[in-house]
Amino acid sequence: MKNFIPVFKDKNKDSEDRSKVFVASRRDFLKIGSLVTGGFLLGVNFQCSGPKGEVMTFAPNVYISFNSDNEVTLIAHRSEMGTGIRTSLPMIMADELGADWSKIKIVQGEGDEDKYGNQNTDGSFSVRMFFEPMRKAGATARHMLIQAAAAKWGVDPSECYTENSEVHLKESRKKVTFGDLVEDLLVMPLPDPATVKIKELSEYKLVGTDVAIYDAKDIATGKAVFGADVDLPNMQIAMIARSPVVGAKIVSYNDGEALAVPGVNQVVKIEGAGIPAGLDKPLEGLAVLASNTWAAQKGREALEIEWDLGPNQDYNSTVQLEAMAKSTLQNGKVRRERGNFNAAKSGAAKTLDKTFKIPFYAHATMEPIAVIADYKGDGTVEIWAPSQHPQWARGAVAGALGIEIDKVKMNVTLLGGGFGRKSKPDGVVEAALLSKAAKTPVRVQWTREDDLHHDFYHSHSAQRIVATLDGAGKLTGWNQHSVFPAIGATGNPDELHPSDGELGLGCTDFPFDVPNIRIETHESKAHTRIGWLRSVSNINHAFAAQCMMDEIAEARGVDPIQQAIDLLGEDRDLNFADETGGKYENYGEKIEDFPWNTGRMKKVIQTVAEKSNWSQNLAAGKAMGFAAHKSFLTYVACVVMVEKDANGNLSIPEVHYAVDCGVGVNTDRIKSQFEGGAQFATSLAMTSAITFDKGQVQQNNFDSYQIIRMPQAPKKIDVHIVPSTEKPTGVGEPPVPPYIPALANAVYKLTGKRIYELPFKI
Amino acid sequence: MENYILTINGKKQEVSAEPDMPLLWVLRDLLNMKGTKFGCGQALCGACTVHLDEVAVRSCSLPISEVKNGKITTIEGLSENGDHPLQEAWVEHVVPQCGYCQGGQIMTAAALLKQNPSPSEVEIEAAMQGNLCRCGTYNRIKAAIQTAASS
Repeated sequence: MKNFIPVFKDKNKDSEDRSKVFVASRRDFLKIGSLVTGGFLLGVNFQCSGPKGEVMTFAPNVYISFNSDNEVTLIAHRSEMGTGIRTSLPMIMADELGADWSKIKIVQGEGDEDKYGNQNTDGSFSVRMFFEPMRKAGATARHMLIQAAAAKWGVDPSECYTENSEVHLKESRKKVTFGDLVEDLLVMPLPDPATVKIKELSEYKLVGTDVAIYDAKDIATGKAVFGADVDLPNMQIAMIARSPVVGAKIVSYNDGEALAVPGVNQVVKIEGAGIPAGLDKPLEGLAVLASNTWAAQKGREALEIEWDLGPNQDYNSTVQLEAMAKSTLQNGKVRRERGNFNAAKSGAAKTLDKTFKIPFYAHATMEPIAVIADYKGDGTVEIWAPSQHPQWARGAVAGALGIEIDKVKMNVTLLGGGFGRKSKPDGVVEAALLSKAAKTPVRVQWTREDDLHHDFYHSHSAQRIVATLDGAGKLTGWNQHSVFPAIGATGNPDELHPSDGELGLGCTDFPFDVPNIRIETHESKAHTRIGWLRSVSNINHAFAAQCMMDEIAEARGVDPIQQAIDLLGEDRDLNFADETGGKYENYGEKIEDFPWNTGRMKKVIQTVAEKSNWSQNLAAGKAMGFAAHKSFLTYVACVVMVEKDANGNLSIPEVHYAVDCGVGVNTDRIKSQFEGGAQFATSLAMTSAITFDKGQVQQNNFDSYQIIRMPQAPKKIDVHIVPSTEKPTGVGEPPVPPYIPALANAVYKLTGKRIYELPFKI
Repeated sequence: MENYILTINGKKQEVSAEPDMPLLWVLRDLLNMKGTKFGCGQALCGACTVHLDEVAVRSCSLPISEVKNGKITTIEGLSENGDHPLQEAWVEHVVPQCGYCQGGQIMTAAALLKQNPSPSEVEIEAAMQGNLCRCGTYNRIKAAIQTAASS
């Protein structure tokens, strides 16, 4: 893997793939159609299973199959970590197909990119990437069903439609189940893709509505299967004592006491990557394998290890953050330039110069990493993992074991939260290595302490913004300095500046109509593993920029919402190519396909102003703050209300979001992502921070790395979805960035105190 | 290793374990009951919540030797058919996102409603504050508890 934010760099290939829908060719149909096989056969194209007379299955593509018992099975090929994607993509197919949603079976696809296309569940792009393929997949199957029924009845296919997993003849009582057409379908010629017509948006019955997630009841009854819930015969449980400092190596160890713990079977060393740590490699560690988790944990506590702590052993994050903030006083590397900022500054009537600081964050998914691996004697390995990126994990395992990728079978369980952490395959590689060494199935079980100590952290950051006003109060200049150790530095220590991709997350795409803009970056080194956390560097950039815009509005004596609308200017598409030297990445999408449209942004801002009753006179002790931020191609505006009680305690009685994410698929899950995003962002704003001293993380568990609890949560979160027929875009990450500055701006209005550093306390 | 006879979801189960093994791992590793989840191991997050004689306890911090004759209920045994009013309300409000913490949330809520069948909003918040949800489903959890309480 290269050094990158995977979110973007593998997109060009995907944009070609995603138009293909894996439609069968005649040659493949004949080849596979001639097979008669037991069991559920999955291939790229047409399949059937079961000899004649028994249950036969027809699969027009890899995502859809139905059998002669009229059971419709849809494959969810993207990982479910709480966004509802395991429901939303099948919904699209079912809607096109005319299937009976209440009887649909959803099966999680294993990690196999050749078969399913991209499975990297990250970057809020599942719906964006797969809306059209899912429509086409469903439409192709519907087309064939209608052809088969029409032929049976001797009518024109235009007389037929599908509903409730049946084909119906218009204006008559004739109908036939999908299942009863399976035999006909198995000998049917393939449709010309050009003749397959997808439905109009107005024809959808599921898409655009609130649909309950498929797994709701299993979750509520304890039946849903997460990573640690897979049980295999003779499985051992492993706990690993990992390098306390990134790059640390084991000098020597004594495992005598560990092996004496009842239930402990063996101790296995895992060789770590050292420095660079890499995004896909385990840390150096010593694993204790035992017959149960408790024994493994006690065995690990009994290990004696001498570490060579390596070059990061003196690292202190507070010292580095101060140095990063100071570095912004120098000239940096210019990443975007419009006009002449220096001239604007020297002619300014007023200059605002503020520095914002954001700490390291850990993902702290409720499910600590747990992976099961079963290395078999024949040189194959089967994995069960809560993985956001099963294909990357598959490749990393193949690389670590020195086997071909097709020898790795990658099953994906439900994820107990992901937020970017479970993109990384380090835990999967650990399990595979240990299963091979132990010659038994192994579950690697991380504890909460492991999770907080050995994350790929959201990078801490210093953001300095200098803004200039002329004598008439016009905003004439914007100079943002963005400093943070880059994700790429985890693989390449020479990478000292944020990447173009990272800067495109809310910094170089600064949308306001200011005549002089300069964006600069400065060097900073990574002394730990940096990764991506829900909305990535948008967190840093939106916090700084949107708090600064609020200060600017105050300095100009204008309303911040009116200012945002005015400075977005005429309705038009923005293009950051010229001013960034062609380095604006637009989340991996062509700007022509997904333009930055000021009109759409203004619409969400106007909507949130109206819905939150922004212009109201609030009672004493209450205040509202505003921010708007586009990320992952989704437009979001946010108003947060804060309230202080007689004891000085702060609460958040109301949050209003307006969102334009193009066509909404499962509107209930759009709302739930925003509800959850507000709560997630409240933790980032007010309670959570990771710090390092002597190279080691200073937080251990939820007592020292705090996330908000129910009493601290915003009481009411209203999500206003702006109706749109534009291409759909994701909603997993976009709720987070604008919330933090909206909250900080509200707190300022209430207390008169500006927030420059996260997490803040009142 | 000691032998213990536990009453779990109305059924007697015999296990051999070290006396300090937390009930969580007895359930998960020795009895293969996977509904109760591991979240923090320090009674800080509530993912492992079960009932001991109708009181919500954190199974990650309860050694098996302390269970004695207590009756244990887990999420699998909260209702026979998965139709406890809270479970139904959880589905109705589509509370879960990732779902990992929700079994523990439901067990804490069930113990609350046993003691206090119609809790106020503040009482719900106080009772539920030991259960973390990283996805941020707190508002729907509260709404589901209110629905279940009124049913």
